[in-house]
Amino acid sequence: MNTSRTLATTARVLRQLRHDPRTIALMLLVPVVMITLLRYVFDGSPGTFDSVGASLLGVFPLITMFLVTSIATLRERTSGTLERLLAMPLGKADLIAGYALAFGLLAAVQSALATGTALWVLGLDVTGSPWLLLLVALLDALLGTALGLFVSAFAASEFQAVQFMPAVIFPQLLLCGLFTPRDTMQPVFEALSAALPMSYAVDGMNQVLRHTDMTAAFLRDALVVAGCALVVLVLGAATLRRRTP
Amino acid sequence: MVNSTGPAVEAHDLRVVRGPRTVLRGLDLAVPRGQVTGLLGPSGCGKSTLMRAVVGTQAHVTGTLDVLGRPAGDASLRARVGYVTQAPSVYDDLTVRQNLDYFAAVLLPGRAHRDTRAETVGRALTDVDLTSHADALAGTLSGGQRSRVSLAVALLGTPELLVLDEPTVGLDPVLRRDLWDLFHHIADDRGATLLVSSHVMDEAERCHRLLLMRDGRILADDTPEALRRRSDAPTVEDAFLHLVDTAETQEDNRR
Repeated sequence: MNTSRTLATTARVLRQLRHDPRTIALMLLVPVVMITLLRYVFDGSPGTFDSVGASLLGVFPLITMFLVTSIATLRERTSGTLERLLAMPLGKADLIAGYALAFGLLAAVQSALATGTALWVLGLDVTGSPWLLLLVALLDALLGTALGLFVSAFAASEFQAVQFMPAVIFPQLLLCGLFTPRDTMQPVFEALSAALPMSYAVDGMNQVLRHTDMTAAFLRDALVVAGCALVVLVLGAATLRRRTP
Repeated sequence: MVNSTGPAVEAHDLRVVRGPRTVLRGLDLAVPRGQVTGLLGPSGCGKSTLMRAVVGTQAHVTGTLDVLGRPAGDASLRARVGYVTQAPSVYDDLTVRQNLDYFAAVLLPGRAHRDTRAETVGRALTDVDLTSHADALAGTLSGGQRSRVSLAVALLGTPELLVLDEPTVGLDPVLRRDLWDLFHHIADDRGATLLVSSHVMDEAERCHRLLLMRDGRILADDTPEALRRRSDAPTVEDAFLHLVDTAETQEDNRR
């Protein structure tokens, strides 16, 4: 690992984004609009908005970062720049850390905007600290980046990469406890949901929603999400090949 | 410097298998240092695969292949070998200068190299004559300009060996002449070795040495004059066609 090369990669990814203001605007504004929409959809039952809203604050960064990373790394693979970079003295870890850092920064801004709007404009009622909400949101963003990077190895085109979003994210969304508590699911699916990282992301958000202090369950949730993100990042690194078959 | 006297690239019984197909079938070759060596042959004869093997990005390579005195693909070679793929590999959503700045930062990282980086980026821009387009987005440039950006990236950091896969495809005659002048300038003044592939035979006359390839084998490894003389042909193209015909007749006779 080389810090200068990692930071150069982060700066490069951010520069690429700066030439694409529409993507930045969509990434930052869509979650804010969605959470506002949700607030007024549940206008009659503020309690539902509290629980669903808090969970969604963790789901947005995961979905956005998944999409952005899978497309960005797919472009890197198909444009030949990945082959070129790997023929240069750049470590795979430098490249991945560079991407994770750039998208992580963006995710931080995105989550801060969405969380801030939810808490102070829309009156989302959270017992715990907003900082913990932000922490889970960031870990979710990292998980999304990791999943996107991994999945891009199996996509031959942008069409396929986008289709991986429903394939990888939707089952987790259905099983994560957002629609119905996990312990009321059919036992096989309850077990399955315990194996999926998004369940822990949503549970972590709910812990902050209901408790003033950092609970043991919150700590477990945060560690599981971070651990999953790291494992998937390593798997993703393994899909970056220096050699063409 | 390790072994700076031997050939820049030396291969013995080099074989590459891609899927069910044997692309390179036991090549023996030597690319001399400080010269421009042309790698010529029809599309699909294995030129790009050979170049990837030299750069170290090709899997399933057997036999021996030494580059600048080290086995091909050795990590220490990554800063000493410049490589340009057939399709321009640059970031379309960055300006020309931002592209070069990033790749220079990968080659020469850290604050300590800041001046060297600025210098090498400036020189690469001048080399490919794109200084006036430095702040244009790479995606908005013409095809020829984009391939020159890709070439400029390979020139960063003064590599000892430049491997260029069809760098002049789709360029107009004036640009092609300018680029060949640049290749000779890099070999003569900077002492670099160039391995340049092409399927345009008139470019062959501009090389110091030629490797003629066909169907995964080397047909000839000689200077352009010697090749013309050997086949008693007026141009390298005729010499190449003569060699292909001879090879085909031999294959037919064997059957």
